[in-house]
Amino acid sequence: MNANNAIVLLIALPLFSSAILLLSGRKSDKWGHLLATAVSATTFVIGVYEFFQMHSRPSTDRPLTQKLFEWISVGGFQVDASLLLDQLSICFVLLITGVGTLIHIYSIEYMSHDHNRRRFFAYLNLFIAAMLLLVLGDSYLNLYVGWEGVGLASYLLIGFWNQKPAYATAAKKAFVANRVGDVGLSLAIMIAFTQFGTVTFAGVKAGAPHASPAALTALGAMLLLAAAGKSAQFPLQSWLGDAMAGPTPVSALIHAATMVTAGVYLITRSNFVFDASPTAQAMVVTVGAITLLFGAIIGTAKDDIKKALAASTMSQIGYMILATGLGPIGYAFAILHLLTHGFFKAGMFLGAGSVMHGMDDEVNMRRYGGLAKAMPITAVTFSLGYLAILGVPPFAGFYSKDKIIETALNAGGAKGILLGGATLLGAAITAFYMTRVIVLTFTGAKRWDSKAHPHESPILMWLPMAILAIGSVASGFLLSSGSALVNWLQPIVNAGHHEHNEELLKPAVVSSLALGLVLVGVLTAVFKYRTVPVDAPTKVSIFTTAARKDLYQDSFNEAVLMHPGQKLTTGLVYTDEQVIDGTVRGVGSSLSIISTAMRKIQNGYVRSYALVMVLGVLALVTTIWLVTL
Amino acid sequence: MNAPKLDYALLAPILIILGGALIGVLVEAFLSKTRRAGVQLVISFVTLTAALVQVIRIRRSGSSGAAVLSVSIDAAGIFIQGTILVLSLVALLLIADTDNFTAQASAIPGSSQESVAIQAGKQQTEVFPLTLFAIAGMLLFPVATDLVTLFVALEMLSLPLYLMAGLSRRRRLLSQEAALKYFLLGAFSSAFFLMGSAFLYGYSGTLTLNGIASAIHTSGNNNVFLLIGIAFVSVGLLFKVGAVPFHNWTPDVYQGSPTPITGFMAACTKAAAFGATLRIFYVALDGAQWSWKPLISVIAVITMLFGAIAAWSQRDVKRMLAYSSIAHAGFILTAVVSLNSHALSGALFYFVVYGFATIGAFGIVTLVRDSSGEVGDVNRWIGLGKKAPLTASTYSLFLLSFGGIPLTAGFIGKFAVFSAAYESGNIYLTVAGVLSSAIAIFFYLRVVVMLFFQNPESDSVSVVIPSVMTRIAISICALATIILGLFPSLLLNAADSFALFTR
Repeated sequence: MNANNAIVLLIALPLFSSAILLLSGRKSDKWGHLLATAVSATTFVIGVYEFFQMHSRPSTDRPLTQKLFEWISVGGFQVDASLLLDQLSICFVLLITGVGTLIHIYSIEYMSHDHNRRRFFAYLNLFIAAMLLLVLGDSYLNLYVGWEGVGLASYLLIGFWNQKPAYATAAKKAFVANRVGDVGLSLAIMIAFTQFGTVTFAGVKAGAPHASPAALTALGAMLLLAAAGKSAQFPLQSWLGDAMAGPTPVSALIHAATMVTAGVYLITRSNFVFDASPTAQAMVVTVGAITLLFGAIIGTAKDDIKKALAASTMSQIGYMILATGLGPIGYAFAILHLLTHGFFKAGMFLGAGSVMHGMDDEVNMRRYGGLAKAMPITAVTFSLGYLAILGVPPFAGFYSKDKIIETALNAGGAKGILLGGATLLGAAITAFYMTRVIVLTFTGAKRWDSKAHPHESPILMWLPMAILAIGSVASGFLLSSGSALVNWLQPIVNAGHHEHNEELLKPAVVSSLALGLVLVGVLTAVFKYRTVPVDAPTKVSIFTTAARKDLYQDSFNEAVLMHPGQKLTTGLVYTDEQVIDGTVRGVGSSLSIISTAMRKIQNGYVRSYALVMVLGVLALVTTIWLVTL
Repeated sequence: MNAPKLDYALLAPILIILGGALIGVLVEAFLSKTRRAGVQLVISFVTLTAALVQVIRIRRSGSSGAAVLSVSIDAAGIFIQGTILVLSLVALLLIADTDNFTAQASAIPGSSQESVAIQAGKQQTEVFPLTLFAIAGMLLFPVATDLVTLFVALEMLSLPLYLMAGLSRRRRLLSQEAALKYFLLGAFSSAFFLMGSAFLYGYSGTLTLNGIASAIHTSGNNNVFLLIGIAFVSVGLLFKVGAVPFHNWTPDVYQGSPTPITGFMAACTKAAAFGATLRIFYVALDGAQWSWKPLISVIAVITMLFGAIAAWSQRDVKRMLAYSSIAHAGFILTAVVSLNSHALSGALFYFVVYGFATIGAFGIVTLVRDSSGEVGDVNRWIGLGKKAPLTASTYSLFLLSFGGIPLTAGFIGKFAVFSAAYESGNIYLTVAGVLSSAIAIFFYLRVVVMLFFQNPESDSVSVVIPSVMTRIAISICALATIILGLFPSLLLNAADSFALFTR
């Protein structure tokens, strides 16, 4: 196997297997899930092989490219369909295929009662292929193809149980929010093209130092919009909570570990744009800071275990986005947090799935309680993830989140204090809502129905959880010992050349401060949830109400985006049709209505069309006359 | 006086089509009604294929003097003729489903005469020769190089279309109204075209495009005759391509016409009319570009924005596609303004991809029916993805191509014309184009959402099982849309090598 030619296999294998599963129909029901899992595992093996090959090469020779074919060649503009495997993309390849394979294994059991399991696995493989294309494309255009692909796979999977209307609605909402982001990406591609005449990462990187600041800022803003759509960041965050309607393994894979982090990848990949535009960077940190608090606050009020975890994902990605706005060193920490988060959040989602599996798909945490006894393995693996997200040393989150807090605090001046404050506050709230999840689910008195018989999940489900739990414990230490990941990514993000601001606080002080705040959060939650009513209390403060309603994000979207847009289009069509078009629009099916209506409108009608044409002619002549004056 | 020298080999495609059309008229007159449909279809098919073969044979031997100074069968002209013939062949497969056409067009809607004709099952098939006559006009329009021939070609392609618009079997009043409207407004715009030709003749003393070009070159060009001539000729052309503010016939005519005809008209007329438009502006009016470039740029921007936004709230599938075709006219107009060979090759590519997607989309529209015929109301298409996943997915594919989503042919087409506009320095036009295609994407995706993510309100709509020919037509369109998206170089290189108007 040649390291260079194997890259395409990463995408081709899962794509091919997905096609087989979809086309073969019911015939492959028996073995479809096994094929899909085997293919996913194979891609992971290829990924590991590529990693060791890459590791054995000197730093400058590490990136590999593989040209597939000449895609577009128009005049001076040329785009090849080619793949780029470098230090950044290999991190994602390993995460996607590794976590992906575990979730395939988990789903074999989780979906075993669903008669459409084969289709589910086909979509999972399709997702893997698209996500790998996203991180392996060597230009913004190739990335865009993968970007659309993961979107497609994501709707198919969110809406997998689309017989339930609420689920189909959720898929639609994700669809629309993602389109807004996609428009951002397509505009970014156009800006890149108009500025640099190319859309490859290498080409834009080479051109970025010579481009005008305004263009770079516009490019950065559009990329940020794209990232916000995909990664559920402010102001496009509202879809993530609803997307939890999909099967839980999907939430773990797509909406925790991989797809939603595509925005972080996009910004890190475009580091040369953001480094050259302080304004764009400022936008990035603002979005990150707002979202990390926004998500955390929503997380405190959710009774649905998956929605609580979704809010947490939103908040943690906020941390990553914030880190990417902090300059060269931030990128590496963002990726570090992305990887550790991939482990502990996917693990916790699978844990939530395991709880639901044992509790007849009950998602309301107020109806859990004391489950640690019935599901010891789930409780332990979940708790390890919990300790990781809190940032308790030596668990994974400690290494990644603390670094982000530190970097934010050291950003300098008021900016450092504001951002650092936000990240610290976020850490405290995170501790509160995550403790709340643990307390409500695993400890205290049992509040479930007498009919429910909670039981531990079978091995195919708990094994992936256990492996992810090991990752939650060890990944942070492994990736950051000797600055392993920072050095690895250095050639991509230029992390070595970061400017040294005055350290606001010593790392040890930051860590203790963060830990202290986390402790406050934990204790508050433990104290507050000594007893839990089965029904959510209705007499609550306006803050709780607001948080339960997702801080009114849907109302905001409707008021600011939906209504004006509808007004504009109806207005435009109204003028077109009332002034010009008359009543023909109402012409429906009934012949008698048509005939009477036609007789009435036929006369004035063509005449008014002709009138518009005459006005058009006058406008034309006038314009030409004015131009030539 | 010597007889004018005609190059029959180059003119053969047009002559073949006209010959086939005449035979079709004879068949219509002398053959018994029951056998007509099959015979007509074979004649049309053979004629179109023969013409296409001839176009392919002459592809490298183009000449600007095919018929003295009146017809120039040059590289770009040959490409457009080939495009029109290929698209017509596909559209013919849809037209072959005569169930869409009235049994007897002369019968008054709702009259006893009509019901007798329907019950007798005797289908008149004048649509086939009419189609061939229209195609002959379409082949001539983009290669005509003097104003009179242009006008003749314009009428040649328009007159059959006016009739064909009125042939719908169902909702006949709407159809006849569309035909009449199309005719009146078409005549109105033709008058402007003719008037503009007269002004250009008055200015230059010649009718040939080359003559006008050299007149602009030699004499001063700030001449009232020239400017009014440009404005009026533009009106005729902009009307045919459906650009704002000469667009308002489009929704009515697209809605009223029999759906296969709408597909044919939308794909082929647009290619022919844009072919002629490009030739006139590139060859004759190039020297006066300072006067019309700002104008056409503004019209292009307004057209694409208007089409994209107005399509949003349409409730009728065919009207929706009509507004989308208006938006596409705006996109192609950017190629007119760009005035370089890359824009020309981009436009040539665009005709093909837009044509395939359009015929395919209207082909799908013929399939979605209830007891009283095609279902136009878009709300009743909701949830089609569950009932007929293949039909809904194919329709979505065409919409995504219209919207310009990567990996579809439409994306490459847009990229080609926008990058040419950028290259020619029209950056604001590129930006406006990208913005309005972003708006348009929303509209196309909304339909996709309706098809797949919403639950149907009523169950009265069903998808009929398509006839073999309809199935072939839609499959060809879908395959072309995918293949040209994945491997556009196949066609782009060809378009590049043909992107030349011989002066």
